[in-house]
Amino acid sequence: MWEYSDKVREHFFNPRNSGPLEGANGIGDVGSIQCGDALRLMLKVDPESERIEAAHFQTFGCGSAIASSSALTEIVKGMSLDEALKVSNQDIADYLDGLPPEKMHCSVMGREALHAAIANFRGEVWSDDHEEGALICKCFAVDATLIEEVVRANNLHTVQEVTFYTKAGGGCAACHEGIEEILAKVSAERAGLGEVSPPPACPAAPELPKAQPVKLTSVQRIKKIEAVLESVRPMLQRDHGDIELVEVQGRQIYVHLQGACAGCMMEAATLGGIQQKLVEALGELVQVLPVSQMKTA
Amino acid sequence: MEPIYLDNNATTRVDPAVVEAMLPFFTEHFGNASSIHAFGSQVGKALKKAREQVQGLLGAEHDSEIIFTSCGTESDSTAILSALKAQPERNTVITTVVEHPAILSLCEWLEKEGYVVHKLKVDKKGRLDLDEYKSLLHDRVAIVSAMWANNETGTLFPVETMAELAAERGIMFHTDAVQAVGKLPIDLKSTKIDLLSLSGHKLHAPKGIGVLYLRRGCRFRPLLRGGHQERGRRAGTENSASIVGLGVACELARQHMQTEQHVVRHLRDKLEMGLLGQISHCFATGDTANRLPNTCNIAFEYIEGEAILLLLNKLGIAASSGSACTSGSLEPSHVMRAMGIPYTAAHGTIRFSLSRYNTEPEVDRVIAAVPPIIAQLRKLSPYWKDAAPVKEFAPAYA
Repeated sequence: MWEYSDKVREHFFNPRNSGPLEGANGIGDVGSIQCGDALRLMLKVDPESERIEAAHFQTFGCGSAIASSSALTEIVKGMSLDEALKVSNQDIADYLDGLPPEKMHCSVMGREALHAAIANFRGEVWSDDHEEGALICKCFAVDATLIEEVVRANNLHTVQEVTFYTKAGGGCAACHEGIEEILAKVSAERAGLGEVSPPPACPAAPELPKAQPVKLTSVQRIKKIEAVLESVRPMLQRDHGDIELVEVQGRQIYVHLQGACAGCMMEAATLGGIQQKLVEALGELVQVLPVSQMKTA
Repeated sequence: MEPIYLDNNATTRVDPAVVEAMLPFFTEHFGNASSIHAFGSQVGKALKKAREQVQGLLGAEHDSEIIFTSCGTESDSTAILSALKAQPERNTVITTVVEHPAILSLCEWLEKEGYVVHKLKVDKKGRLDLDEYKSLLHDRVAIVSAMWANNETGTLFPVETMAELAAERGIMFHTDAVQAVGKLPIDLKSTKIDLLSLSGHKLHAPKGIGVLYLRRGCRFRPLLRGGHQERGRRAGTENSASIVGLGVACELARQHMQTEQHVVRHLRDKLEMGLLGQISHCFATGDTANRLPNTCNIAFEYIEGEAILLLLNKLGIAASSGSACTSGSLEPSHVMRAMGIPYTAAHGTIRFSLSRYNTEPEVDRVIAAVPPIIAQLRKLSPYWKDAAPVKEFAPAYA
C-alpha cells in the first residue's frame, strides 16, 4: 500500500469542512469518474471584500483525494480570491507533508476545483488545462504526454536524454521500455516527415547467405529431408534408437521412431528438434509427426 | 483487537506444519539434490516425495509431469512460450480478457513480436461464450490459455470442456489454476488439460515456489536452459526447502478439501448475505452461482475502494480492491471493465477472500464493521445525497 504521511492519514480519517455548504456562491465540480476521483468544492465568498469566508468539499476518491480536498479547504479559508488563485498543487502537497508521486494528481485536482469555483463565483467559464497521460516513470511521476512533448520539442533520441530533460527513467529504470516505445513512436513520425534520424553508431553485421527461394521438386524435397534425418541419425543411434522417413504429405512429414526412441518419454522433444532442423533446411514451415498420426486414404 | 485477514487470493499464511517440514532443509539437509553423496541423496528423496504429493493433489498420472518453478508467472510464461517455440508453424494464442497480468502482459508483448492473440470476451457475469471459442480453434493456434478461476471474482471457467474442444482439434491447452488449486477438487488425468500453472503461496506454502504441470507426450521447450534439473525442462538448482514445503501444503490441501468446500463456503455466503442485506446500492460481481468457495467481490456504488480499505485497515480488517488508486494505474480493474461494470461501481469493488483459518466470529465482526464505513464515505461523496445517489453531479472532464 501507499506510504502516506501522518498528515495525509490524519486528514483522511478526520476530514475538515466536509459536506454541503449553506449559502455557497462559488462551486467547482471537477474530476474524472474514469480515473476514480471527482471533487465538488463549495466556497462562500463575501461579495464586497472577495474574501473566502467558508470552504467545504465533497469527494469521490481515494485516501489522498479526500485528504487533499480537506487540506485545500483549510488552506483557502480566509484568503482573498486573488491570494487563493496563487495556491499551487505543490502548496496542497506541502501542506500534507508530501504525497506519493502517483498521487500528485489529487493535489492537481484540488487546484483545478479551486479555479473552477472562483470562475463560477465571478460568472466566468472555466476551461480546464487538464492533461494527463499514462504514468510512465513512477519514481518521478512523469506521464507519457509530457515525455512525448519534450522528445518532440528537443529532438531527443535516447532514454538517457529523456532522463536528463524530464528525470523520467532516472530511478528504478523499470520504465525504460516504455520510454523507448515513445521514442520509437516519435521517431517513426519524424521519418514520415522526411527528417533524418542520427546515423547508427554500430557497424552492420555481415550478410548471411540466404536460403534459395527456388521451389523444390518433391524429389529434391524428400532428398533434403533424408539428408537432415541422416545428420541426426548418429545421435539417435548413440541412444540405441533410429528414425525412418515414412511419408511426406504437403507440410506434414511422417516418421517412424525405432529402437529406444519408440515410446521414449522424450519423443516429443526429439521430433521437435528434428522439425526445427527441417524448417531451417527447407526454408518453409513443416510439421514432423509420428507415423501413428498419419491418416491413410 | 486481533487482525482479520480476508485477502487470501493475494497470498496466504504459511501453514505451521509446512514451516516445520521446511526448516531442516535450511540446516542439516542443505545438500544439492544433484550430488552423489549422502547430503545430496537425502534431498533427492525429499524432492521425490514432494513431487508425489503435488501429483496427488492435481490427480496427475505421472509424477514426472510435475515441474517445479519459481512462481505462477514463470509457469505461465514457460507454458505459452514453449508452445510457440515447439510449433513454429503456429502463430496464434487464444486467451481471455480477464486473465491475470502474468498472461495478459506476456500476450501484449507477443503481439508486438508479431504473434496473433485472440482474447475471448466475457458477459456481464464474467462468463465466456463457448461458441465464439469454438469458432476460433484452427490449425494456426499454438495454444489456448484460460484461467481456471478468476482472482478477482472467483468465477470459474469451464476449462475441462474447453480443453476437450482444443484436444479434438490437436491444439494444446494451458490453464492458469493459481486460484483454483487447493480450493477445488482437480483430477488432471481425467481431463485433456496439457499444461497447468500453480503457485505455492496461494495454498499456504511459501512464496517463490510454483509448479508447471506438463502432460506426458506434450511437446515442450524449456524457458531456462542449463543444468539437467527437472529432466532438463527447468534448469537451476532446486529450491529444496520450498519444494518440500509445497509438498506438505498440497497434502494438507487434500485433507482440507471438504473444509474448503463446505465450511469456508458457508462463511463466505454468510459474509456476502450479511453485507448485501444491510447496504443499499451494492451488488456481488461475477458468476455468483459458479465460483470459488472462498471469494466474494462486492461493488459498493458511488464510493472509492481504496478509501474503504484504509478505513477497514484501521479496524484491523484486510481485504483488497479493484479501484484504480490501489493499483497505481489510472483505470479500474480490467476484470470489472470487461464485465461492463460502470465506473461509479468498478472503483468501489472490494474483494473478500477467505481461507480455512477464518472463523465465524471474524465474519460477524466484518458484517458489523462495513456498513458504517460505507455510510461515512457516501456522506463525503458528491454522487450521494441523504440516502440516494445524485444524478445531476457532472464534473468537468468527467
